[in-house]
Amino acid sequence: MERHFDEELSDLKKDLLRMGSLVEKSIIDSIEALKHLSDSEANKVIADDRVIDEFELKIDETCLDLLALRQPVALDLRFITMTMKISTDLERMADLAVDIAQRVLELTGKPLLKPLIDIPALSGLAQQMIRDVLDAFVKEDVALAKSVILRDKDADTLRDCVQSELLNEYICKNKSNIPRAVPLLLIARHLERICDHATNIAEDIIYMVEAKVVKHHPEKLQNGN
Amino acid sequence: MVNQVRMKAENVNFYYGRTHALKNINLDIYANQVTAIIGPSGCGKSTFIRLLNRMNELIPNTVLNGVIFLDNQDIFSSAVDPVEIRRRIGMVFQKPNPFPKSIFENIAYGLQVNGIKDRSFIENKVVESLKKAALWEEVEKRLHQSALALSGGQQQRLCIARALAVEPEVILFDEPCASLDPISTAKIEELILELKKQYTIVIVTHNMQQAARVSDYTAFFLLGELIEFDKTQNLFTAPKDKKTEAYITGRFG
Repeated sequence: MERHFDEELSDLKKDLLRMGSLVEKSIIDSIEALKHLSDSEANKVIADDRVIDEFELKIDETCLDLLALRQPVALDLRFITMTMKISTDLERMADLAVDIAQRVLELTGKPLLKPLIDIPALSGLAQQMIRDVLDAFVKEDVALAKSVILRDKDADTLRDCVQSELLNEYICKNKSNIPRAVPLLLIARHLERICDHATNIAEDIIYMVEAKVVKHHPEKLQNGN
Repeated sequence: MVNQVRMKAENVNFYYGRTHALKNINLDIYANQVTAIIGPSGCGKSTFIRLLNRMNELIPNTVLNGVIFLDNQDIFSSAVDPVEIRRRIGMVFQKPNPFPKSIFENIAYGLQVNGIKDRSFIENKVVESLKKAALWEEVEKRLHQSALALSGGQQQRLCIARALAVEPEVILFDEPCASLDPISTAKIEELILELKKQYTIVIVTHNMQQAARVSDYTAFFLLGELIEFDKTQNLFTAPKDKKTEAYITGRFG
């Protein structure tokens, strides 16, 4: 039986995907601003965040309305509650892109301390994780969501590489490097946090589709539970 | 905590003539828990609940196979008195059905039928039952007025008081709120949650939100089969069977 409710759920899903693609773009743009050391590009990322905040408010409101008016159960209930949580994670990811843009503003006007190698790699990983997690959301693809969760440790490794290189090769050797090294350190941390949020979303998707809680239970990913 | 089984249906099949109304039902009813039975019209849920206190045997041309236990006793055994079973397993129906008598007499009737003549015992029991059914304060000054003058919600609570007076162990509710407004419905639901401390409760309802609100366990019936039985919170958040999912989300059909 066709339900009018399905249209409302489908609209909600579209809003979340629009928000997701804006967040993805915001992260890409923040790293491009870093590559170009561009004030104007960094400022645009900061300004564009308002649109993403508006999406979060709209999605929250829609979810609350549907909970109150439709009294959803089962998959409908899991979809609406997880959409609420996912939109919170997406909004935090966008805030981290803003944080990156603010670090870029601290770096412009001076040459970069070193060529960017691991940071673009980490950024590429983050972008792929977001793209895959949004794809997993659309297709309700648990295997893809699991693969996102398993990539989180790669993000940790890359962040550690950036940190140890900057600390050992630059900060420890010459204190005058600090103003140009610390923003890069923080950018690596922001990117790694973005990957953490992608992981949260992947966990929520698994709950949404299969009603299994894998959050804080990594062993449940391994044994095909 | 493991719940104690108070009633048990074992391989229950039931036929109205050639119609196979219940197909191999196996279901445990836990003591001091509320078990809700949901499912579309004609799924067998009312047939099932009526078997639990032998109401269906009053209908001609029906056949029952399988066993229904109350505390390990087969309630259909020839050694069992059906009147005694119906005292131990009370029932409240969809439409309030008070007797056309006074409020007092409605409740006293079951006791008198059971041979009790002690006037003060009966009076105490009437008060106690009305209090348990959360009706006492509304009727204490008019116990000898006609029960038919009460509102629908009050009449339904009177029927509950009438069932409680004969000290049942299990209470069966067959769509008890179907003809009540939301306030009366809320009162009956609160009452059910209160009564489960002392009684074992089975409720048939078409209102899924009601099943979710009042029950601890939910059984979903479809075309005479028990499709899924689980803790209510599991059944409404993560049903295991696609048919249950389709029914409770309204995608059914």
